[in-house]
Amino acid sequence: MVKVRIPTPLRILTGGKSDVETAASTIQTMIDSLNGQFPGLKDRVCDEQGEIRRFVNIYLNEEDIRFLQGKDTPLREGDEVSIVPAIAGGDHPDERHR
Amino acid sequence: MSHTHTDKMKGLICRECGKAYPPVSLHVCEMCFGPLEVHYNYEAIKSRLTRARIEAGPKSLWRYHDLLPIQGEPTVGLHAGLTPLIRAKNLGHELGLDHLYIKNDTVNHPTLSFKDRVVAVALTRARELGYDIVACASTGNLANSVAAHAAAAKMQCYVFIPHDLEASKVLGNLVYRPNVVEIEGNYDDVNRLCSEIAGERKWAFVNVNIRPYYAEGSKTLAYEVVEQLGWTAPDHIVIPMASGSLLTKIWKGLNEFHTLGLLDSLTTKVHGAQAEGCSPIATAHKQGRDFFKPVKPHTIAKSLAIGNPADGYYALKAAAASGGAMDTVTDEEIVEGITLLAQTEGIFAETAGGVTIGVLKKLAKQGIIKRHQTTVALITGNGLKTQEAVMHAVGKPTRIPPSLAAFQQLFHLGTEER
Repeated sequence: MVKVRIPTPLRILTGGKSDVETAASTIQTMIDSLNGQFPGLKDRVCDEQGEIRRFVNIYLNEEDIRFLQGKDTPLREGDEVSIVPAIAGGDHPDERHR
Repeated sequence: MSHTHTDKMKGLICRECGKAYPPVSLHVCEMCFGPLEVHYNYEAIKSRLTRARIEAGPKSLWRYHDLLPIQGEPTVGLHAGLTPLIRAKNLGHELGLDHLYIKNDTVNHPTLSFKDRVVAVALTRARELGYDIVACASTGNLANSVAAHAAAAKMQCYVFIPHDLEASKVLGNLVYRPNVVEIEGNYDDVNRLCSEIAGERKWAFVNVNIRPYYAEGSKTLAYEVVEQLGWTAPDHIVIPMASGSLLTKIWKGLNEFHTLGLLDSLTTKVHGAQAEGCSPIATAHKQGRDFFKPVKPHTIAKSLAIGNPADGYYALKAAAASGGAMDTVTDEEIVEGITLLAQTEGIFAETAGGVTIGVLKKLAKQGIIKRHQTTVALITGNGLKTQEAVMHAVGKPTRIPPSLAAFQQLFHLGTEER
């Protein structure tokens, strides 16, 4: 399973949960599967074209997926994903350590 | 000003998804997390704004009131802006540029940096929105300006700064008696903490919840350059980058003037300058990416030491749209830039100015800026605030006893006939 950290503004969709688990094999399928569990989540994270929104940062094990394979980045057992919206335009990498 | 118009601002709008909001204290789109910016009614503005109307305005940035996001009369920072644009012949000679100008915000009123512009706008707007407590996250200059303006405006003030700032920038807060909070961390840590505090306190954080209004103040640097060049835009503007907001807003200001017909043509290239020890935006630009990797800053240019630049994406976009370049300089080149500007033009800039001059020099050398082209370097802060950076590089005074012989000996002078 892959652990996904949910940021405060999206917890309204996850029933307040800050961590959820997924068996998805890529970032893309992770978003789709989370949207199945928590309807509306995809709209917040992705734009109308299905691309990850510019001011939503997704990290796989501390690395920004933009520097990996974007939404096609593969996920493996034990990985940790953080969804971190940019606030004031900048992201909050340190939130990953909380 | 008796001719204030309240119809110029429609509200706020998300730069990413276009969602509209009323003109309140809000900076992030609740849908897509994109940054909000002011949505102007340009049709209404165009119907009344002329060069003559601006020229008849006050001798401050408020002559551009029509393009600034306040609804009533300005109430804070009435004397900010309209700093000198200096023809830099000596420096131009050194760099091989025949039409070089320095926009000298080292003498901005009252705290000697371009931040007096953004704070004048931010605090006026904060008051309009009903706030009586102001705050900011700052690398120094912004805190100084917020503290000074808050004192004059009789507003309560909290400034949050990294723990390792230059002594003058710390003192330049304390003297106004705000609450000065030093954070054990770098600016990015300060900024993150301030975002959290802003979420729970009803304070006007000028660069957090007031940011859409605050950032607009930077446009006035572009407006002034154009007006001071006789209503023409230069071929090049070299701009220091921290969050990337200044470069973004310079480009916006130029385009507004062009769209509104105040500027006949616009071919300006806006170039970004960063210190090598903190260059997330310039690095992304060089690698041809439109996203950047946050860094941990290590540079003497502390005012530019933002590792996770809020407007980095938009700065990359603006530079690309204008055909501008980006480059970096080492700490050593920053000091050289400061002393070169001082010794050629008599202007003592802070470290950010050293970054700008260093990058200007590189762009001229590389032929990106050509000899005959009109070029403006934005010098945004005063060297007296970052003395630590140059202390080792400026020598010491020579001490002698108060005797004529000692003086003559010192300079190898004989007795001169008068």
